Amino acid sequence: MPFEEVRPLKIAVCVKAVPDTESKIVVAADKSNIDFTGLRFITSPYDEFAIEEALRIKEKLGGETVVLSVGGAETTDVLRDSLARGIDSAVHLQDPAFTNLDSLSIAKVLAAAIKDGGYDMVFLGQQGVGGDNSQVPGMLAELLDLPQCTMTVKLEVEGTNFKAEREIEGAHELVEGTLPAVFSAQKGLNEPRYPSIKGVMAARRKEITVKNAEALGLAGKVGNGVAPLKLAEMAAPPDRPQGRLIEGDPDSQVKTLVNLLKTEAQVI
Amino acid sequence: MDFNLTEDQLAYQEVARSFAQKELAAHASGWDTKKTFPKEAIRKAAESGFCGVYVKEDVGGLGLTRLDAAIIFEELAAGCPSTAAYITIHNMVTWMIDEFGTPEARAKFCPELASGESFGSYCLTEPGSGSDAASLKTTAVKQGEYYLINGTKAFVSGAGESDVLVVMVKTGEKEISTFIIPTTLEGISFGENEKKLGWNTQPTKAIYFDNVKVPQEYLLGKLGEGFKIALKGLDGGRINVGTCSVGAAQAALTHAQRYMQEREQFGKKLAQFQALQFMIADMATEVIASRQMVRLAASKLDGKDAQATTYCAMAKRLATDLAFNVCNQAVQIFGGYGCTQEYPVERLMRDARMHQVVEGTNEIMRVIISKKMLEEGATLQIR
Repeated sequence: MPFEEVRPLKIAVCVKAVPDTESKIVVAADKSNIDFTGLRFITSPYDEFAIEEALRIKEKLGGETVVLSVGGAETTDVLRDSLARGIDSAVHLQDPAFTNLDSLSIAKVLAAAIKDGGYDMVFLGQQGVGGDNSQVPGMLAELLDLPQCTMTVKLEVEGTNFKAEREIEGAHELVEGTLPAVFSAQKGLNEPRYPSIKGVMAARRKEITVKNAEALGLAGKVGNGVAPLKLAEMAAPPDRPQGRLIEGDPDSQVKTLVNLLKTEAQVI
Repeated sequence: MDFNLTEDQLAYQEVARSFAQKELAAHASGWDTKKTFPKEAIRKAAESGFCGVYVKEDVGGLGLTRLDAAIIFEELAAGCPSTAAYITIHNMVTWMIDEFGTPEARAKFCPELASGESFGSYCLTEPGSGSDAASLKTTAVKQGEYYLINGTKAFVSGAGESDVLVVMVKTGEKEISTFIIPTTLEGISFGENEKKLGWNTQPTKAIYFDNVKVPQEYLLGKLGEGFKIALKGLDGGRINVGTCSVGAAQAALTHAQRYMQEREQFGKKLAQFQALQFMIADMATEVIASRQMVRLAASKLDGKDAQATTYCAMAKRLATDLAFNVCNQAVQIFGGYGCTQEYPVERLMRDARMHQVVEGTNEIMRVIISKKMLEEGATLQIR
C-alpha cells in the first residue's frame, strides 16, 4: 500500500456558450459585439472534447466533475448540456460586469472560481469557436500557477502523474507532469458522447450554482474600464473581390496569368 | 388544454434532433444506396435512450409516454426515416416483452434490447397471410416444457441481423399465441434480402422455422392471447410509422423551402413563382395536420382511451398519406435534381411510400375506422 492517501479526483471543465456554428452572424448596430437576436447557442465544439475527457477520467479513476462557464443568460442551456452528458454539477459565473470580456478577464474570473476549489485537473477547449483566440487556457494556468498542457490530443493519468501528447506544427510532442494541471483539448483527443435522454432528465433536476463578481471577490476588478484590452469596434470582414476570368486559348491564358501573378498579385 | 410541448419534451426533442442530424442525416444517403444496416449508429441511439423509450425503467427503458416517443421518433425520422422506422419496430418488440413477458423473459431480454446490445424483430406476416393476419399457418406444438415451432414468416424487418424475435403462431385450430424466439436457437434460417422500393437501411427477409425448440417461459401473455397482443403492439406501431412519416415530410419541407430560396429560373428565385408558393403552403399545412393527428392518437393511447385503436388507425392513414404527398411535392419542386440521389427528397419519398403499406395497409386502416364509425353512437364517441 502506498503511504499517500488515494483520494478521488476533482475535475473542473470550463465551457463557453457560442452561437451555433451554422448561424448567420451579424454585427450589432452599436458595433460592440455580434447581434445576439435569434441566435441559438451551443457548447463550443472544442469544449465537447474537454467535457468528454473529464467524464472518461472520472469513469476510470473515480471522482467529481464540475462545469464552469462565464456568460449571460445564454449560458444556462449550455451548462445543462454538460450536465446531461454526465457532469456532476455546474457553476454559472454571471455578472453584468462580465459582459463582453477579453480573454485575460475571462481567465481571471475562471481562476477566481477555481483557485480554492481543490481541483486536480482543469479542462478547457483549446479555443472558443467564434472568438478563436486560444488564450484563456494558458492565461488560466498562469493565474493559477499550475503546469499547462495545451492542444492535448492524448492523455493518461496515473496517480498524480500524467503523460500527454500535444499537437504541434507537423508533430506530436510528448509531455509528462504532475497534477494539479490545466489541459486544453484539441480535436482528436476523444469522440464526445451525445447527451442521453436520461441525462437530460437528471440534468433538469439539478441546481446550477450562480456566482457573481462579489462572490468571487472580483467586484470592480474585471469588466468595463478595468480590462487591459478594450474592444474598439467589431466589423464584418470585407466582401471578397470578384474573381477574374481569363479568356482565350490555353497558351494566351497561361501567359496572361503569369503576367498578372508577376505584375498585379506580385507573388512571383 | 395546451397544444405546446412541455419543457421536458422540448429537451428530448433537442437531444433527438441533434443526434439525428449528426449521426443519421449525414449518412442516410450512403446507407440507402449501399443497403447498409447501420448497427453502430443504432447502438449509439441506444446510448441516448432511443431503443427503449416507452419501456419501463427497471428493465433499462426510459419509461416515457407514447407522446414523448412520437416527438423523439419524429426527429430521428427527419434524419433517416428508414433507420428511425427500424428503431421504432425495435421499441415495439421491446415493449411487447416488457408488457406481456414472464418476469424471467423481461429480465433476460428487455435490458439487452433497450441498451442496443441486441436487436429485435416483429414476425406476424407470412407468405400467404398479410392483411388477413389471422390466417397465419406457422404452428407451435407443446412438447414437455418446450414448444416446437414450424413455419415461415415473411417480410421481417431486421431479419438476419436481429437477435430477438416476437413471433405470432397458431397453438390450436383457431388459437393464436405469441412467443419470444432468440435467433440463436437451432432450426432458424433466413431468406434472401428483399430488393425494395424504400427502407433500404434495414434488411427485410423471410425467416424459416424448422422444429425450433422454444422454452415455455418465452410465451407472451397467455395461450390464445397472441392476436390481441399482436394488435396492441400494432396500435403503438401505427403511431410510430405515422410519426416517422411526419419526420420524413418535415425534412422534405425543409429541403424544399431552402431550395426555393436558392434556385433561380427565368431570372427569379423559385420562391417567387406562385405555383410553387401554393405547393409549399399545402405541404406545411399537411405536415402540421399530420403531426397533430399523430400526437392526438399517442395521447389517446397514453390515456388508455377505449377508442385508442381507432385514433391510431386514423393517425396512421392520415399521416402516411399526407406525408407521401408532401415528399412527392418536394421532388416536384426540385425538378430534375429531385429525381437524382444527389438530393435527399427522392429517398424521403421512397421511404414515406413504404409507410402507406406497412403496419397494416391504409385500406386496412379504413376497415378498422369504418367498422367502428358504423356502430351506434360512434359519431359521439369518436371526435
